[in-house]
Amino acid sequence: MSLSHTDVKRIAQLARIAVSDAEVEGYLRQLEGIFGLIEEMQGVDTEGLSPMSHALDESLRMREDTVTAHDQRDLFQALAPQVEAGLYLVPKVIE
Amino acid sequence: MLNLSLKELGALLAARKISSAELTRAFLDRIEALNPALNAFITVDPEKSLEQARHADARRAAGDAAPLTGIPIAHKDIFCAKGWRTTCGSKMLANFVAPYDAHVIERCTGAGLVSLGKTNMDEFAMGSSNETSYFGPVKNPWDPAAVPGGSSGGSAAAVAARLAPAATGTDTGGSIRQPAALCGISGIKPTYGVVSRYGMIAFASSLDQGGPMAKSAEDLALLLNAMAGFDERDSTSLRRPPEDYARALEAPLAGLTIGLPREYFAEGLSEDVGRAVEEAVAQYRRLGAKTVEVSLPNTRLSIAAYYVLAPAEASSNLSRYDGVRYGYRAPEYTDLADMYGRTRADGFGPEVKRRIMIGTYVLSHGYYDAYYLKAQKLRRLIARDFAEAFAQCDLLIGPTSPTVAFNQGEKSSDPVQMYLSDIYTIAVNLAGLPGMSIPVGFGKEGRPVGLQIVGNYFSEAKMLNCAHQFQRATDWHARVPAGIPAI
Repeated sequence: MSLSHTDVKRIAQLARIAVSDAEVEGYLRQLEGIFGLIEEMQGVDTEGLSPMSHALDESLRMREDTVTAHDQRDLFQALAPQVEAGLYLVPKVIE
Repeated sequence: MLNLSLKELGALLAARKISSAELTRAFLDRIEALNPALNAFITVDPEKSLEQARHADARRAAGDAAPLTGIPIAHKDIFCAKGWRTTCGSKMLANFVAPYDAHVIERCTGAGLVSLGKTNMDEFAMGSSNETSYFGPVKNPWDPAAVPGGSSGGSAAAVAARLAPAATGTDTGGSIRQPAALCGISGIKPTYGVVSRYGMIAFASSLDQGGPMAKSAEDLALLLNAMAGFDERDSTSLRRPPEDYARALEAPLAGLTIGLPREYFAEGLSEDVGRAVEEAVAQYRRLGAKTVEVSLPNTRLSIAAYYVLAPAEASSNLSRYDGVRYGYRAPEYTDLADMYGRTRADGFGPEVKRRIMIGTYVLSHGYYDAYYLKAQKLRRLIARDFAEAFAQCDLLIGPTSPTVAFNQGEKSSDPVQMYLSDIYTIAVNLAGLPGMSIPVGFGKEGRPVGLQIVGNYFSEAKMLNCAHQFQRATDWHARVPAGIPAI
């Protein structure tokens, strides 16, 4: 599989990872190497096989709709880079 | 005291020949002396450890001690432990002090185990050499030029150098078994769902599984008794009646049929590892086991399937690191998108970024069926291979890793070569089966060789029996690296 510089930049953008122009070529080569490994699976006939998402084919449990968590806002927000009045602060989104 | 088993340590504590505080102090002193060269620990907090030890002693004095009460253990830095810095080997979480305990930590604390600290690991458990850690590589106690394996390399090195009697680890594609093999210790990854993932920092949720690492199979059984159990807070935790994983340790192996997967003894297996594994197979025959050749024809495809599924799940799990609620935030940015981009560019190391990008690509619009869904179908094919093999035998054995520990720096610039070294362990995670590794000798340059034992679902007790009987007949598990001082 061949990727272009544009592909790498698009993937980085989707992944929200800033990639400089100087880094694109390095990523391109490494990702192509890894996709070389992955592409081998395209030749395998998987007709009629059901996808396996859980090792024991268990489905997710249901539980009663009851309150199980209690308010620990202060404890959790103590870890945040920037908070004010119980709110997480991020750069202004709407001008 | 270096080689005492957990049972022997427990007996010393029960007989009041030593207190937990004294035992803990002895291991903390070893860590202080030897860790600067090995880099096996990221965080050590002697005051916290000794406080837990005093609590264990008080518990014993009150007549409330369990079999492991007062015994020290090191925890992989992927497990959240309340009040302890929990970094997952990443700059992203370098200052993260966990506000709660993982289920594994709760269980260990409940059993009275005393935490010696948090062990080094590949960043977010992505790596097979411990070289991707933000806190620097771990050295292999058998040879400082060699890697300890990964991702639970700090735990493996700590046990191998006898800095801790036991440790916890996690295994997504071999991260307990491969470092156990490369460091000459024992480790078990249970059946997926046996140990809760709650509070275990997520990498690939459909594959991640915690488990113990220690000197012997007997120790692993006692630790698994403490760690395993249903947990409501892990949606894939299995609700099963509790079992005693040590119940079958002493059973003779006569009548046991061991399968030797043809593909695990083929091209790619180094000569020295092959020889040590063959000798172990011969030992099993002497112990009364019968061996049959079996085939796992889709082994080779497991790498391709794994490097779609694991990065895809990682890209989703690691999207939470956005610099808003906890963890690293880039110091300078222009707007929200720039803050995300720079935070993640600076906060993650190269291997983590590569895997997030692969995962992002395979999950992006129009590619889901061709990659993720296709890989899940291959997973089915791989699980069927094992089911067919287990129709002919009780357990499978083979090498854990195709080579002994490679040199630091040898594979770190070539991700594809690094990925290929996990060929024998990955399929076990994809199938969700239990797998373990025990030391069975030495290969080139005196580096340890690990034997992998794979069982059918929930056959941990039988696997531990198989490993324990081998360890009763041999002393590979009791060997200590040269230059490691005694206590």
